[in-house]
Amino acid sequence: MITTDVLAPVVATVREIQQETQDTFTLTLETPEPFNFKPGQFNMLYIPGAGEAAVSISGDVTQPHELIHTIREVGNVTRGLVALKPGDQLGVRGPFGRPWPMDVVDGRDVLVIAGGIGLAPLRPAVLALSAKRAEIGRLTVIYGARSPEDMLYAREFLGWKDAFVARATVDTASPSWRGNMGVVTKLISPVDFDPTRVIAMICGPEIMMRFAIRSLSALGVEDDRIFLSMERNMKCAAGICGHCQYGNYFVCKDGPVFDYDQVRKLFGVKEV
Amino acid sequence: MQVYRFEADALNALIATLRERGYKVIAPTPMDGAVVLGEITDAGQLPRGYCDEQEKGVYRLKKTDRDAFFDFNVGPRSPKRYLFPTNHVLWRSRQENGRLEIYSESDDEKPFAFLGIRPCEMKAVAVQDRVLSKGPFADRIYSNRRQKALFIPVDCTRAGKTCFCTSMGGGPEATEGYHLALTEVIDENRHFFLARPGEENSVNLLECMQAVPATAEEIKQGRDLIEKTAACMGREVNTAGVAEMLAEYRDHPHWEEIGKRCMNCTNCTMVCPTCFCFEVEDHNDLTGQNTERTRQWDSCFNLSFTYQHGGSVRHTNKARYRQWLTHKFSAWHDQFGESGCVGCGRCITWCPVGIDVTEEIQMFQEKTS
Ligand SMILES: Cc1cc2nc3c(=O)[nH]c(=O)nc-3n(C[C@H](O)[C@H](O)[C@H](O)COP(=O)(O)OP(=O)(O)OC[C@H]3O[C@@H](n4cnc5c(N)ncnc54)[C@H](O)[C@@H]3O)c2cc1C
Ligand code: SF4
Ligand code: SF4
Ligand code: FES
Repeated sequence: MITTDVLAPVVATVREIQQETQDTFTLTLETPEPFNFKPGQFNMLYIPGAGEAAVSISGDVTQPHELIHTIREVGNVTRGLVALKPGDQLGVRGPFGRPWPMDVVDGRDVLVIAGGIGLAPLRPAVLALSAKRAEIGRLTVIYGARSPEDMLYAREFLGWKDAFVARATVDTASPSWRGNMGVVTKLISPVDFDPTRVIAMICGPEIMMRFAIRSLSALGVEDDRIFLSMERNMKCAAGICGHCQYGNYFVCKDGPVFDYDQVRKLFGVKEV
Repeated sequence: MQVYRFEADALNALIATLRERGYKVIAPTPMDGAVVLGEITDAGQLPRGYCDEQEKGVYRLKKTDRDAFFDFNVGPRSPKRYLFPTNHVLWRSRQENGRLEIYSESDDEKPFAFLGIRPCEMKAVAVQDRVLSKGPFADRIYSNRRQKALFIPVDCTRAGKTCFCTSMGGGPEATEGYHLALTEVIDENRHFFLARPGEENSVNLLECMQAVPATAEEIKQGRDLIEKTAACMGREVNTAGVAEMLAEYRDHPHWEEIGKRCMNCTNCTMVCPTCFCFEVEDHNDLTGQNTERTRQWDSCFNLSFTYQHGGSVRHTNKARYRQWLTHKFSAWHDQFGESGCVGCGRCITWCPVGIDVTEEIQMFQEKTS
């Protein structure tokens, strides 16, 4: 007899909420038990009466006592999430999904490409990769945001720049911005990695992922070394509600992280 | 395996015994011009003397001059209505003084005994099992109900015009998952049932019906009926290569052509015994403190199904029909190692514009060969 209910959340308490950008906030939660997860996995967060939303876990895997989520306000549930105050309670269920391929990075260069909120699911991977820099080759993080004000984890990013190659670019900026401008793919350079061995991890809008993949393929990076995180409507996150289907996959259980070899055919078709 | 026989009149004793043992007996019964599944308490509620006529977009119930209990095929309802109920509470939450509580209640529904469901419906239960209780996560409500349920299917001794179970391995003979499988035999002189106890037969149900070992002659009568049924299926699908073909031709112009006819009404997904997609909804009371989360059957034909902030991924009729057909006959193989279709024909019968999966698949086969 099954007693656990994968659809019923457990209760978590907000410890801290921090504004990242105009519309994006980082929530730190306390859960009854330490919350273990792998980089790239996500939770379903529940606001009573408003509903649930799939949100990636953005914290450090070595810190299971704080559960961190970075959320962009786009609708009903996310509005409720960013309106939470310390001490408020919400529902959490997870962790779900296939993580970033942390098991194949040893001895290889790693290239992380993020667009906008796409840095949120990649942050745990960057933290874990940074912690094991001795075991991997060169680490490069490339990040594109709409404007300097839209950059997530801005202070932390400065620290990354000191430790490994981390470059940011924005679409628009005031004249005082001294960094890069233009699309994120412009920052992809084989100076940073060996295309024949690199592992690439990409998350961002589908259009941005398309262009990033095109650039990598042109440099000779094979499809099965390019990993991307997909987004679809999710109701259960457990492979039983059908909503997240993407061709022959369930994004919630077969993904959200896929290697490009798995999804290349689907990427070329509209409305899958 | 020993095959038994009992007289047709003994069905009442079977129903009474199941009820005594605490089961809710779910069986076909005529209602509003169709044979549907519902709770029965007496054999008199079975559709005795009825047969159905089905075609693309057509369902008619008729009286026959025979006394058979099971002379029809499948109606719009299937066991999923009971094992995977729609509009069902998943859990409740309560907020008070800043504290949140979330609790799922135990499902106190009585165990179901399905009597007289069809082999294709047995097969559909097995298909839903793989989705809802054998994956990395199991659905609590389905799994509990499924585990407690008892199955007494009746083999088909007549094939409907929209049936194609032989193509999909769904029938016309019950082959798996049952506790007792029955074959109804009726001629001028006799009316009896053959009974095959399943491997899962933990209950001794044969006694109450005073069943006796069947003779070789009686067994042969039953076999002949099943074989005759298999030989006159209303429709068929040549499944060879279908999964690969549908995955390969996602951009084929024929999808556009079907998209023009399909109204995206969701009928096919609602009547399909294997379709499992669901939606959840929150209901708040007036205080806003108490919330009930319910689950409803959903359909990939709904525009909201793939909604993400900014719009729906599958925003055209064509893309939604493609999702449905490709899931059933192609993706399901990758996901669960078998087809998502058992060949029950419901989606053909209940499509208001008469779209027929068997014809559409054949069209693809012709246009891509
Ligand atoms: C794996 C994964 C990881 C994610 N990680 C993050 C992350 O780290 N940070 C982040 O900010 N976002 C993340 N997202 C995106 C996030 O889940 C969505 O932004 C969020 O669900 C939006 O919810 P909302 O209610 O605020 O928005 P809305 O746009 O109001 O609603 C979205 C949800 O409500 C339902 N809905 C709304 N309108 C309708 C309608 N008309 N009909 C039917 N249904 C409707 C939809 O079913 C949908 O699920 C992630 C998504 C996925 C799949
Ligand atoms: S797809 Fe149609 S024929 Fe196949 S199981 Fe579903 S309703 Fe029956
Ligand atoms: S195929 Fe027929 S039953 Fe199914 S959604 Fe389209 S019109 Fe409705
Ligand atoms: S979100 Fe329900 S099946 Fe993936």
